[in-house]
Amino acid sequence: MTDSIIEKKNSYAERPVVLKAQHVSKYFKLPTEQATGLKQAFINWTKGIKGYKRQDVLKDINFEVHQGEFFGIVGRNGGGKSTLLKLISQIYYPENGSIEVSGKLVPFIELGVGFNPELTGRENIYLNGSLLGFSKEEVDDMYDDIVEFAELEEFMDQKLKNYSSGMQVRLAFSVAIKAQGDILVLDEVLAVGDEAFQRKCDDFFTEIKKDPSKTVVLVTHDMNSVKRYCTRAMMISHGEVIAIGDPESVSEQYTMENLRAEKRATERQRAENGGYPNGLNEKCPILRTTAVSSPLLTSNESFKFEVEYQYDEPGDFYLAIAVHDLRRGGITYDTGSKTFKMNQHGHHTVQFELPLNLFNNGEFRIYTSLRTPSATNPHATDAVGVAIDDRACDFAIRDKRNRDFALLSDRALTITPVDADAVTVE
Amino acid sequence: MKNFLRNIANRYGYAWTVLKGLVQTDFKLRYQGSILGVAWSVLKPLMLFCVMYIVFGRFLRMSDGTPTYPVVLLLGISSWQFVTESIGIGLRAIVDRGDLLRKIHFPNYIVVVSATVGAMISYAINLVVVLVFALVARVEFTWRVVLVPLNIIELYAFTLGLTLLMATIYVYFRDIAHIWEVLAQIIFYAMPIIYPLTYVTNRGGTIASLARLELLNPFAQTIQDIRHNLVAPATQPTIWNTFSNPIIQLFPVVLAVFVLWLGVHVFRKHSRKFAEVM
Repeated sequence: MTDSIIEKKNSYAERPVVLKAQHVSKYFKLPTEQATGLKQAFINWTKGIKGYKRQDVLKDINFEVHQGEFFGIVGRNGGGKSTLLKLISQIYYPENGSIEVSGKLVPFIELGVGFNPELTGRENIYLNGSLLGFSKEEVDDMYDDIVEFAELEEFMDQKLKNYSSGMQVRLAFSVAIKAQGDILVLDEVLAVGDEAFQRKCDDFFTEIKKDPSKTVVLVTHDMNSVKRYCTRAMMISHGEVIAIGDPESVSEQYTMENLRAEKRATERQRAENGGYPNGLNEKCPILRTTAVSSPLLTSNESFKFEVEYQYDEPGDFYLAIAVHDLRRGGITYDTGSKTFKMNQHGHHTVQFELPLNLFNNGEFRIYTSLRTPSATNPHATDAVGVAIDDRACDFAIRDKRNRDFALLSDRALTITPVDADAVTVE
Repeated sequence: MKNFLRNIANRYGYAWTVLKGLVQTDFKLRYQGSILGVAWSVLKPLMLFCVMYIVFGRFLRMSDGTPTYPVVLLLGISSWQFVTESIGIGLRAIVDRGDLLRKIHFPNYIVVVSATVGAMISYAINLVVVLVFALVARVEFTWRVVLVPLNIIELYAFTLGLTLLMATIYVYFRDIAHIWEVLAQIIFYAMPIIYPLTYVTNRGGTIASLARLELLNPFAQTIQDIRHNLVAPATQPTIWNTFSNPIIQLFPVVLAVFVLWLGVHVFRKHSRKFAEVM
């Protein structure tokens, strides 16, 4: 398995470099003080006010893409992915460094690709083709392919303004991927069209991955598509390359980074609230769930975590723990409100562990609540404090044996045919 | 030589493809939705010229006394129309196509060039209509007709230079559109378009000698040359027969070339930033 990956990588490394970024940096000047008129502009100039703030979007980016690669770029919003894509497509130019592209590059960056609503679908294909640098004869050759892929045969002589937005996007996407370019640059396109169209795109990507002459650069948030299509991936964050290499490890880093960023966001929120954090109060001033083991685990491992609490009121109290599925939604597991009766009052920490063997890959969050018996209903409890926001604790399961779609793994549950003759289980 | 041609083809093949695509689209869209369609491109100047012919030629009797003057007038007006159409549309071309520039990388000067080429096509149609008027007015053509394309090339070069310059300025400074409108009016009246140049020069005095300087303006110089060479060699003064000093004679031509160079230079310098600025 590992051997074949290395072999595959090597086979790309020997191919010619078609896209090369060297020390690329880019900043934008964001206007702070709008010079609305000549007078203001003159006053600003005399005072030496520049009127803009410099924002560094990309800092010293270096990477190479070889011919035939399917190269993924991932990163959180605002990290500079789209700017990098525009630099690659030569729509923006870098302030420093250089980007070299060899071969014809076809971008699909924003939805629409500049179609003209007054022209028919057919005319728009030809216009778009000519903007991409294809002669009329070349567009003639790929026209049928484009129309067939977009499934818009009977609409080609309609004006584009009569198309639904879904049809427009489908047409634009089909032009981009069926145009005979050497390098295809795609931004977040896997959300295009309905399910049937997506499946078609999926087939197309799987096919183009095998074509050694076509290179694809894909920007996405979807780690599944990175793992499925990409031969190599790069993660950028705050304008810098954080990781570059095989898609598995890059997407794992991305998951970790996301978990960390979420934590930071909730910490900030808490600082704003002041006093007791959200969900806590004077009766229960401390309640926190923290990971003891690594937050990124395989299915063999158990997730160990600890709950820190402070409760000084007299009387019985309980801890209830619930596991939420962040990827699929819903509550995966809950201990019930009267399962863990706590023996010690005061400020203490207790450890728990959760086996993960039953689950497929996913991201989970543990919420803990401290409860007392209800005064009115002897069977129920009241929550005194809940550990939410940054006092909840996240973990993720990543395992090669696992699948990504459903919650339960095959080890937990399998469906078996009743009539064994009718079905062969592969 | 073959290599040289191939290099040119490689370098400008892309630009040429884009230019064809954009000009075709513009032309298609111009008369879209009208019943007569493309026929309007001939009908409109024909009808407008009839109106002008009657207003200036018959009512106002704007004339230098020669029977060909109405044709000379139409020639001047349609040449000036080319300039205003070219700059008026080309000025906004970059901003109007901003949507496109932000999505695809292509030689972006082509959107400006396509505006001027579109105006040139209208101009060519207008010239054909003017020629019909000329035939009706029994204009006698001379060998000088062969010089007309040179004059038109000079007019086009000067206009293209100005259009590139103003399209660049418009991206940063929208006021230029209004400034140009006023400027166009001033140039229009400061040039012998609706009045014959002789109308001013024949009055004598300082105004007359100043009026001759109008010919230093490449617009006036080319329009007078076109009139002179195409329909009225006898009556139309040009820079070549008004001044004898070769430096003065060449001044408008040099100015036209300089403005084209300046336009290309300024445009190229800023064109990389267009997608970001808009």
